[in-house]
Amino acid sequence: MSTIPTETVQPGKASLFYDPRIRGYVYQFALIAVVGFLIWSAASNAIENLRAQKIASGLGFWHNAAGFDVNQKLIPFSASGSTYGQAFYVGLLNTLLVASIGIVLSTFLGFFVGVSRLSSNWVLSKLAMIYVEVIRNLPLLLQLFFWYNAVLKPLPGARNSIALPGSIFLNNRGIIMPNPQFAPAFEFVVIAFFVAIVAAIVFYTWSKKQQERTGTQYPNGSISLALIIGLPLVVYFIAGQPLTFDLPQQGTFNLTGGLQIYPEFVALLIGLTTYTAGFIAEVVRAGILAVSKGQTEAANALGLRAGPTLKLVVIPQAMRVIIPPLTSNYLNLTKNSSLAVAIGYPDLVQVFTGTVLNQTGQALEVVAITMAVYLTISLVTSLFMNIYNKRMALVER
Amino acid sequence: MGEISMKKIMAAAIAGLGLALAASAVSAQAPATLAQVKQRNILNCGSNTGLAGFGVPDAQGNWQGLDVEYCRAVAAAIFNDPAKVKFIPLSAKDRFTALQSGEVDLLVRNSTWTMTRDAALGILFTGVNYYDGQGFMVRKKLGVTSALQLSGASVCTQQGTTTELNLADYFRANNLKYEVVAFASSDETIKAYDAGRCDAFTTDASGLYAERLKLTAPDEHIVLPEIISKEPLGPSVRNNDPAWFNLVKWVHYAMLNAEELGVTKANVDEMLKSPNPEIKRLLGTEGKFGETIGLTTDWVYRIVKHVGNYGESFEKNVGQGSLLKIARGQNGLWTKGGLQYAPPVR
Repeated sequence: MSTIPTETVQPGKASLFYDPRIRGYVYQFALIAVVGFLIWSAASNAIENLRAQKIASGLGFWHNAAGFDVNQKLIPFSASGSTYGQAFYVGLLNTLLVASIGIVLSTFLGFFVGVSRLSSNWVLSKLAMIYVEVIRNLPLLLQLFFWYNAVLKPLPGARNSIALPGSIFLNNRGIIMPNPQFAPAFEFVVIAFFVAIVAAIVFYTWSKKQQERTGTQYPNGSISLALIIGLPLVVYFIAGQPLTFDLPQQGTFNLTGGLQIYPEFVALLIGLTTYTAGFIAEVVRAGILAVSKGQTEAANALGLRAGPTLKLVVIPQAMRVIIPPLTSNYLNLTKNSSLAVAIGYPDLVQVFTGTVLNQTGQALEVVAITMAVYLTISLVTSLFMNIYNKRMALVER
Repeated sequence: MGEISMKKIMAAAIAGLGLALAASAVSAQAPATLAQVKQRNILNCGSNTGLAGFGVPDAQGNWQGLDVEYCRAVAAAIFNDPAKVKFIPLSAKDRFTALQSGEVDLLVRNSTWTMTRDAALGILFTGVNYYDGQGFMVRKKLGVTSALQLSGASVCTQQGTTTELNLADYFRANNLKYEVVAFASSDETIKAYDAGRCDAFTTDASGLYAERLKLTAPDEHIVLPEIISKEPLGPSVRNNDPAWFNLVKWVHYAMLNAEELGVTKANVDEMLKSPNPEIKRLLGTEGKFGETIGLTTDWVYRIVKHVGNYGESFEKNVGQGSLLKIARGQNGLWTKGGLQYAPPVR
């Protein structure tokens, strides 16, 4: 027990093979070589086989005329003049549109439900629990079908639209509303809007400093809101109301003119939002529960009411726990938007890996491009969330 | 220690993956589809997911339809057993990829023969087993009698089809406005039309009649008279096996020749005794024509005995013996004013 064998302490005498550092390098080099070889052989194999099977390859199709139409598009696209490349951008923008709106809405809904589930109001917390358990445990595809049919079926046909106030019409072709037409003077309103945002930020910083110095609190929220809404509104009237509306008119089949929001988009947005909100709610709940009860009690002891306690003490600490899983929920929402294909919303997968792939027959290129796009979107989202996470993380002194 | 064994496992896994890749490279270079089919002892046939008259499973789960019987005829010619077919339902947008990748041996899925598909997809169409054209269906209560009155309409269609392209062409050529709503599957398309999402539904005319049966009230819909395109529908195979291409092509010609010579499912046994040299060559009682395409001499006998001739298959699946009641029209034999014409067996 007390005798230590002396031969174990012989540094530098073992062969290189037993040097853990060198061995580590060898393994890593070998792994890289194997992975590189696999990628190279898979790629060359694919190219060789495509040639042998006489399947067209390369990206030459990108500039070929598309020849098909897409109904929902954020950039001009037509069968006559547009290319497959433009079809790609139409799909990409539609994906980004539904994903970005979905992320914002699901965050609000998720926070609301998550906080509600911890509420001392029994009915509210049970409702939140039922919401989370139902939504989380049903397949998203099924929910999309449900929303699509729930949106479509009960609505009247295009010739018997439900007229809502403000020339907004509702039928099974979607929501048709007045389309704003901006006169040139409208840019002053836009400028005023941005000026108001800057002013609100300046005011917020000032009031924070003031509070730190004197302890006086200002109603930051309402003053910022008044600035951001009020200033553009005042400018709008001074500039002589530079905004007209293209009102929907009854056409042969449907209302023409106006701005149409399609039921496919609405169904997909509702589906993605409610589904992701269910997960975000749980993340929020976990985050809040991770903040020790002592923090709340301490805040109460200092005389803070429930609202400020949540806002100033609990949530800022909970955010450290919430942000990483929140990021993965954002990524999931973006990726799940590809289920749009089932209900006919022209997202990237529907337009590009659906129609374009089929018309060109170049599955390999099209699928690779699509995967690269989703990867890029996900990595960019992660990057921003990581930056945000760094800012929110506990600063250790 | 645990680390090293993990690495060993990984190395083994990577080596296995490499071997699998190498194996796949080899198999892709030696096609011989017929040998593969025989070895597998079953024919993999790409089929529609469900189109009445062409390819749809019936209440007992047996596949029925004109396209389905083409596959059965190929199986009958190879195995003398029309049941040795595995039907793989494919959506319009996945069908050619499935054929290219070898998931199916042949694709008989009411697919339109176009130049691009023959040239760039690595596939070849073997012929036309149904001459079709694209049409429109609308609700009667809209009061529309011609496709030219469809300006401003929204149209439901299936994505990844020639239909989608013809639709854009037609509305553009006639200077009509429209909104397209494209779905991935035919079921979703017809459901959306039924729910009122679209004013019109468009697909090949034969498909219009078939899909109309799925609507909640088929009688409230009419098919407009315009046929806006040529849609020659036919089977396709991969572009790397001329022998298999030949075999699949000649199965169709065999069924046409059988009809032309009056050889039917019912009389094929008697016909074996026929003195007519054309029938003798067709049924293999004279010459060894079947063997030249890798089959047996009685290959046509097998096809007709198990499946029937082209006319019988047509009438049973889409003609008077079916719910669709489509007239022979262009799909009649050339001797009766139609377009179906087979080169002779000689």
